[in-house]
Amino acid sequence: MEVLIPILAAAVRSGTPILYATLGEILTERSGVQNLGLEGLMLMGAFMGFSVTHATGNPWLGVVAAFVKGAAISLVHAFLSVSIGANQVVSGLAVAMFGTGASALLGRKMVGLTVTGFGKIPVPVLSGIPVIGPVFFDHDPLVYISYGLAFFLYWFIFHTRPGLNLRAVGESPIVVDAMGLSAARLRYVYTLVGGGLAAVGGSYLSLAYTKMWSEGMSAGRGWIAVALVIFALWNPVRAILGSYLFGGVGAMQLRIQAAGTSFPAPILMMMPYIFTILVLLVISVKKGKGILLGSPGALGVPYSREERT
Amino acid sequence: MKYRVVLRRRFKTGLLFEGVLPVLSVAVALVFAGGALSIFGVSPVATYRAMFRGALGSGYGLSEVVVKTIPLVISGIAVALAFRMKIWNIGAEGQIYLGALATAAVVRYFPSGNQAVMLLTMTAGAALAGGAWGYAAGFMKSRWNVNEVITTLMLNYIGLHLADYFIYGSWRDPSSLGFPMTPPFPPSARLPQFFGTRVHLGIIAAVILVLVFRLVIRWTRWGFEIRAIGDNPRAAVYSGIPYGRNVELVLFISGAIAGLAGMTEIAGLQGRLQPGFSPGYGYTAIIVAWLARLNPWAILVVSFFMGVLLVGGETIQVIMRLPLASVQVIQGCILFSVLGFEFFRNYRVFLVRKESG
Repeated sequence: MEVLIPILAAAVRSGTPILYATLGEILTERSGVQNLGLEGLMLMGAFMGFSVTHATGNPWLGVVAAFVKGAAISLVHAFLSVSIGANQVVSGLAVAMFGTGASALLGRKMVGLTVTGFGKIPVPVLSGIPVIGPVFFDHDPLVYISYGLAFFLYWFIFHTRPGLNLRAVGESPIVVDAMGLSAARLRYVYTLVGGGLAAVGGSYLSLAYTKMWSEGMSAGRGWIAVALVIFALWNPVRAILGSYLFGGVGAMQLRIQAAGTSFPAPILMMMPYIFTILVLLVISVKKGKGILLGSPGALGVPYSREERT
Repeated sequence: MKYRVVLRRRFKTGLLFEGVLPVLSVAVALVFAGGALSIFGVSPVATYRAMFRGALGSGYGLSEVVVKTIPLVISGIAVALAFRMKIWNIGAEGQIYLGALATAAVVRYFPSGNQAVMLLTMTAGAALAGGAWGYAAGFMKSRWNVNEVITTLMLNYIGLHLADYFIYGSWRDPSSLGFPMTPPFPPSARLPQFFGTRVHLGIIAAVILVLVFRLVIRWTRWGFEIRAIGDNPRAAVYSGIPYGRNVELVLFISGAIAGLAGMTEIAGLQGRLQPGFSPGYGYTAIIVAWLARLNPWAILVVSFFMGVLLVGGETIQVIMRLPLASVQVIQGCILFSVLGFEFFRNYRVFLVRKESG
């Protein structure tokens, strides 16, 4: 057990950026919009968070800047998906490309710099609990916020009136419009918030995880988050489990390599992706048997008020 | 005086419209990307000038553009085939890697001194391996309706790491001084190159594929089935066209074609398998197919244009010391712009004077 604790703690740390991005995408997809561009949003967030923190010395400002940047880029995706009714897969890929390119271009002068960023703040009392304490309550503040956010979003989506509207617009925008709410506005809001959260996840990488900027530092986490949304069945609390599972694979990878065993690294790096496919497979097989699993009915389908039928 | 905007659905577009719209959307994209570049502290004029001079300003640059056009055409056709049936093969990149991996395997385990034999076995191996990668997604889609966007995307990464596994492992060239790469291929396993440039036999394969794609989609029964499913899957199924079998078949063929791009790339250019030999051709192919609206002739043109961007990207990397990923800013802007202009394809916009009563 003693050996496992550092690995589990590392899984939480390594899973946190994925958790933020997954939570963001859950919100976006619950509203009926699919944003495949998380990888680009995370990279922009990582850059933005880093550069603002480097300039001001305040990592919180960095996180806020990352959120705003992520939301701003998602505005383009929202405009194309919601207002124009364009293809969301292609638009999402465009977000990913633009974010990857722009962050590389913007960050070229940041390479090699470091920031103080977020440090460990153990939670009093809770961090003293054996096993659970060091695994969950001996981290930086962004990790704690992500716990709160996941449970808050669960409560928000399933137990509040705005949450009900969110689920409704993802299932059937016509109904939401008939209720007198604007389906388009709801989708805009949640696409922006979702993109902002993905960027916050990226800023965790540059402000807490490595405390420096490097090109392409999200290293595929954004794509994993896209898949994790399905793994979590669009449920924020289940996203916690999924993120730490994938974070754990990442953490194990480093440890196994460091331990100098002969287990080939590429095989380990494949694992998250193979695992995602397997999970997707299980979910889809179950869905085929008529088990409802939370996939928004109108996901990825453009809606136009003028053309409802 | 008040005006309001009225939208009318557009059902037919003229030839002029079809010709002007893509050019206009790319032009707008270049302006937007230029704006983005200047915000990022890079002079757009200098960047564009360096890019186009590097790509089109010399015979060498031009030949390098053609070299990059080859894999883009091949994988663009691969992706377009699936898109025509509204199947999202985002996995061309992984299929390219599988094709290259199989090519290297054939060279390693079934070497032959005869170039024709070698070419045939490499082609078959690459097509089978890439096809298998596509088929995996197709099988899951047809059996259990597993979302192919996610599976093909994940298979990209699996394919990439699988190639790394061999390159960093048992296939590594012992005399490469620790660099991760397979030993160089024997001359019989290399594609001939033309005109003293790096333009290789793959160019013929690319042109043939364009012609075959046109023929199959337009004039064969299977092509008709693909178009029918792409236009209206439900109607196609009711009229007796097998959906599941076509999904599997199309993704197999699509993957096989993309695998071919992997083969021509390493047998035609590098002559060995190295990590990262494809600078995202499989992803750029998606832009190519989309921008070309799945039209095979347009795929040729758009691939060439993307080739210019890629060679231009390498030029600014060397001359202006900008990261290679900068090109993705331009590519992203092109996609955004094309998507935005789709609106004008679907709607006619009128300004109507409001009667103020």
